[in-house]
Amino acid sequence: MTFKTPTGVFHALAPVTLAISQGRFVSLIGPSGCGKSTIFNIVAGLLEPTGGRVLIDGVDATATIGRVGYMLQKDLLLPWRTVLDNAILGMEIQGVPLRAARERALPLLQRHGLSGFEYLYPNSLSGGMRQRAALLRTLLFDTDVILLDEPFGALDAQTKLQMQEWLLRLWADFGKTVVFVTHDIEEAIYLSDEVHVMATRPGRIIEAIPVPIARPRPRIVRLTPEFIAIKERCLELLMVDSHAPLNAAA
Amino acid sequence: MTAHDTSDIAMAAPDVAALDAPATPANNPARPIRRLPVQKDWPAWAILTVQIGILIGAVAAWEIAARIGAIDAFFWSQPSAIYRTFIIFLTTGDAWTDIGFTFRSTIFGFLIGTTVGSLLGLSFWWSRNYAAIVQPYIICFESLPKLALAPLVILVFGLGLASKVAIATALTLVVSALTTFAGVKALDPDGEKLFYSLGATRWQVFHKLVVPFCLPWIISVLRVNIGLALTGAVVGEFIASQHGLGRQILYAGQTYDIALVWVAVFALSTLAVVMYVTVSWIESVLRKGVKQ
Repeated sequence: MTFKTPTGVFHALAPVTLAISQGRFVSLIGPSGCGKSTIFNIVAGLLEPTGGRVLIDGVDATATIGRVGYMLQKDLLLPWRTVLDNAILGMEIQGVPLRAARERALPLLQRHGLSGFEYLYPNSLSGGMRQRAALLRTLLFDTDVILLDEPFGALDAQTKLQMQEWLLRLWADFGKTVVFVTHDIEEAIYLSDEVHVMATRPGRIIEAIPVPIARPRPRIVRLTPEFIAIKERCLELLMVDSHAPLNAAA
Repeated sequence: MTAHDTSDIAMAAPDVAALDAPATPANNPARPIRRLPVQKDWPAWAILTVQIGILIGAVAAWEIAARIGAIDAFFWSQPSAIYRTFIIFLTTGDAWTDIGFTFRSTIFGFLIGTTVGSLLGLSFWWSRNYAAIVQPYIICFESLPKLALAPLVILVFGLGLASKVAIATALTLVVSALTTFAGVKALDPDGEKLFYSLGATRWQVFHKLVVPFCLPWIISVLRVNIGLALTGAVVGEFIASQHGLGRQILYAGQTYDIALVWVAVFALSTLAVVMYVTVSWIESVLRKGVKQ
């Protein structure tokens, strides 16, 4: 998958080239306002880039919607639908008959930690459960590529760890290409095959750091020298960027 | 001496604190002991008993006051006379025609006004330009005293049911439209973004997201619209009509038959209660689908 996104006028993004091969888990990290969400909106077809293209499997998908699964920061579960009916939203919109969609979704919900919650309404779910439902909705949309925009940003630290492990199991199960945006460096490294560090003004990717740590990754992988070395490199890149404008201002 | 010093001394030596007491009442050792006020809930039957008691008491007081001459029964009538008139009203004449007439115009006005108004409000979602163009007209129409136009409506729609339905519709339609539009405006743009990211068409976004989202707003107007539809229907009958409880009230008032005025007013409030109960039921059915 290749896409190039130079956006004009506000220069939200400098020309950016991001190539992601199939089945990989790639993270984007960077300071607020570096254009992570802009990239996502362009890839999802919700924003037309002023220049550049989005290629999925070599096919031009610029400004076309419904090509990738996109999970926004908020879970956006519909409060008038049960968890199950929320999960099948994507299939329903694509015209899959309700019964068939439910039959497909039900075992997946049960296998992936939402057993017993299928027929509850979202307001009776905890934050972690709501995110699970929203993620499964994104996965059940059945596209090769899914975009996750800080899905665990609002969760507490423990839930976040559980959800990361859960997401990796899910990813192994579904074998999708995942692009993941986060503020959390550790989260990015733990989950990804590759971490792209971004800088702001204008938004751009300054370095792609591969994460050659073998999977499955145990929780304590975070304490290995290998992991810490990558984290240091990320911090270095992010710090350089955050100091530069301060010095310039002074 | 600062307030902080005083409090220190107050703890050490009560006499000094007592001296300073008027200046710093917060440190007064004789502070009254207060407990959290707690309300005891009465059982439901006790509440109901008191409610019925008040009703009986009020009616009895009215009757007694009229009999001993404390109030003028000519202007205020009295419960026993109202009861007699009620029996006559129901058994003779065309009471049921009048009741049916008013009930029909109210219910039609309510249904048309609420439905068309809600659809109008929802339609603003489809185009921001259209909403911007139409909105000032809606607001103008809202602030317009629509009842002042009632004589015109009667001229256009005639003496029959249509003119009453039209007035009731005019009163309910605008409120429904504006409230529903408020719901449309409260829609989270990210919700639409989610739908479009899933490849949804506008129609899918409309009926799977916008309509269910606005339903609580639409429901919230229903109760208000009962009163408005009733007002519209009765005022229409006041101005010119051959049937209806409103016409009955006007006629009774002009002939000083105050008891009949009361009977008609009670009939109207019965209709209001019936509609209120029905709307509450519809609400509970709809809310089951919109469990928030």
